[in-house]
Amino acid sequence: MTFFLEVLISGLLSGIMYSLVALGFVLIYKASGVFNFAQGAMVFFAALTFVGVMELGLSPWLAFPVTLVVMIVLGLVTERFVLRPLVNQPQITLFMATIGLSFFIEGLAQMTWGAEVRGLDIGLEDLPIQWLSDRFGMSISKFDLAAAGIAAILVATLALFFNRTRIGRALRAVADDHQAALAVGIPLQQIWGIVWGVAGFVALVAGLLWGARNGVQFALTFVALKALPVLILGGFESIPGAIVGGLIVGASEKLAEVYLGPSVGGGIEGWFPYILALLFLLVRPEGLFGEKIIRRI
Amino acid sequence: MFYREAGQFKASYIEDSAIFPLRQDRIGIAVILAVAFAVVPFVATPYLFSAILIPFLILALAAIGLNILTGYCGQLSLGSAAFMAIGAFASYNFMLRVPGMPILVAFAGGGLIAAAVGILFGLPSLRIRGFYLAVATLAAQFFIVWCLSKVGWFSNYSSSGVITAQEINILGYVFDTPVEKYMLVLTIVAVMALAAKNLARSNIGRSWMAVRDMDVAAEVIGIRPMRTKLLAFAISSFYCGVAGALFAYAYLGTVEPEAYNLDLSFRILFMIIIGGVGTVLGSFLGSAFIALLPVFLSVFVEVLGSTLGLDVSKSLTSNLELMVFGGLIILFLIVEPHGLARLWQIVKEKLRLWPFPH
Repeated sequence: MTFFLEVLISGLLSGIMYSLVALGFVLIYKASGVFNFAQGAMVFFAALTFVGVMELGLSPWLAFPVTLVVMIVLGLVTERFVLRPLVNQPQITLFMATIGLSFFIEGLAQMTWGAEVRGLDIGLEDLPIQWLSDRFGMSISKFDLAAAGIAAILVATLALFFNRTRIGRALRAVADDHQAALAVGIPLQQIWGIVWGVAGFVALVAGLLWGARNGVQFALTFVALKALPVLILGGFESIPGAIVGGLIVGASEKLAEVYLGPSVGGGIEGWFPYILALLFLLVRPEGLFGEKIIRRI
Repeated sequence: MFYREAGQFKASYIEDSAIFPLRQDRIGIAVILAVAFAVVPFVATPYLFSAILIPFLILALAAIGLNILTGYCGQLSLGSAAFMAIGAFASYNFMLRVPGMPILVAFAGGGLIAAAVGILFGLPSLRIRGFYLAVATLAAQFFIVWCLSKVGWFSNYSSSGVITAQEINILGYVFDTPVEKYMLVLTIVAVMALAAKNLARSNIGRSWMAVRDMDVAAEVIGIRPMRTKLLAFAISSFYCGVAGALFAYAYLGTVEPEAYNLDLSFRILFMIIIGGVGTVLGSFLGSAFIALLPVFLSVFVEVLGSTLGLDVSKSLTSNLELMVFGGLIILFLIVEPHGLARLWQIVKEKLRLWPFPH
């Protein structure tokens, strides 16, 4: 039982890490209807830039705002030069453009900062919490718990931002209906710029946590592939969906790996979340919290 | 002036429903086929065959397969490479386990197995739409490749996971030089491309397009969505399966799951987007573009480096290539979102009126 709980909790905590990446997808999809495949590349770019800036001799506290500025500039440039010319194109074209963008960002990141694997120390150790292992015999990583805490703060901030500020309300209006938002005088392009900036910020946070955990390397771009099942499970348009989906995927993936994995030869974490999400979608085709699509002729 | 239908009268239904109704098109196709069959084998070098022409043709076939599903039937799929892998492994096992199996039958068998799996993974498309479906097809991509590398039976318990493909032997004649392989691939691709072109204008093709344009409306006018969508998945997977078998036997020479990764799926998707969604011609143009681009890029980067007198390292080159590749795709989508096939259409319009402006 203790072992089960331990696996479950560490699964839930790593699920939150997936949610962090999925959040970036949701933000952009909600506001502009673009399925931004480049989110993984942005996570990689953010982590690499942070490490690169630190290697130049800046302290982490200074490196963070510098990287943030770089990410926001990247977001704004993307909006200006990739998405604005593609307004009104079919969604698949926009999706393909973001795949092209992800190649571009990956190349840019490695060309600027080099391709070698680097460690990233953000002052959190990946050690089990002493108190829990003494008391219950469970080993829960301190790092995972802290990461979950950061994710919770991030989500709370975003929720406040979306619900309580003027810009946040404008964002939600744009998400609901582009044309109506334009009609009441919301500057669409400015809003999209902001959304891409926020997505860059989320990518930075996710990149720091993932980079600290797995090392800053090219494999960080595959984090996006981990976030996709989370996304369809929770629904493309929903921030709570991204969180709940992440928890479900994280927990079930870890449990399946531990209890099911040995009998089929292991390595199932690559596809298990996808099959899970697929089966789930058969019951609820637009995910847990996705908008129900009403189809009429 | 060059491309006019004036004076070409259709006097019977058979003429009216010809694949290429215009004489110019018929001549053009005949010339292209003649050049491909009778001129290219004598002028091209072995490098050109094995590094460019053969993969170009095979990937064009896979792109036609994906185009049937995505371009004609409107179901976005990110798992085409997995169906290619099934085709390759199924052909390998047919050859291995059935004594005296003719290789062409094994290729077709590989396609049929891929079609069966395609139907299975197409079932969710009846419930799920759009990007939800696209992500769900990634399940096929990861699951199938995992299965092929984990279950020993598929690879005949090979320890390395990389199997040498059997030789291509048709009626006692062994296809082993690049030219022979090229001729074989060209024949198969030409026949299947014509079949696809024909299929697209048939009853089935039209119902695919109806489902693509609006599935609810298509259902109302009496098109059965289940049959139509599953048929699209089956035929698309058949094309991908045959392409995968050719990829293993005529191009790589080995059968291995890793060759059919997500990257290949994306490349095929790029081909149909850049070439033109929903056209057979576009599949070829897109495949040519994607096959030739890396060659040009590496030459370009090399020349750039030597003129600037820079010591271009290997990693810089590959990163620069990645950037230019991504940038070109974006540029392409912005400049011509309907793909290269659309450019050809515009050229045809111009040729029709030339030398007059209107």
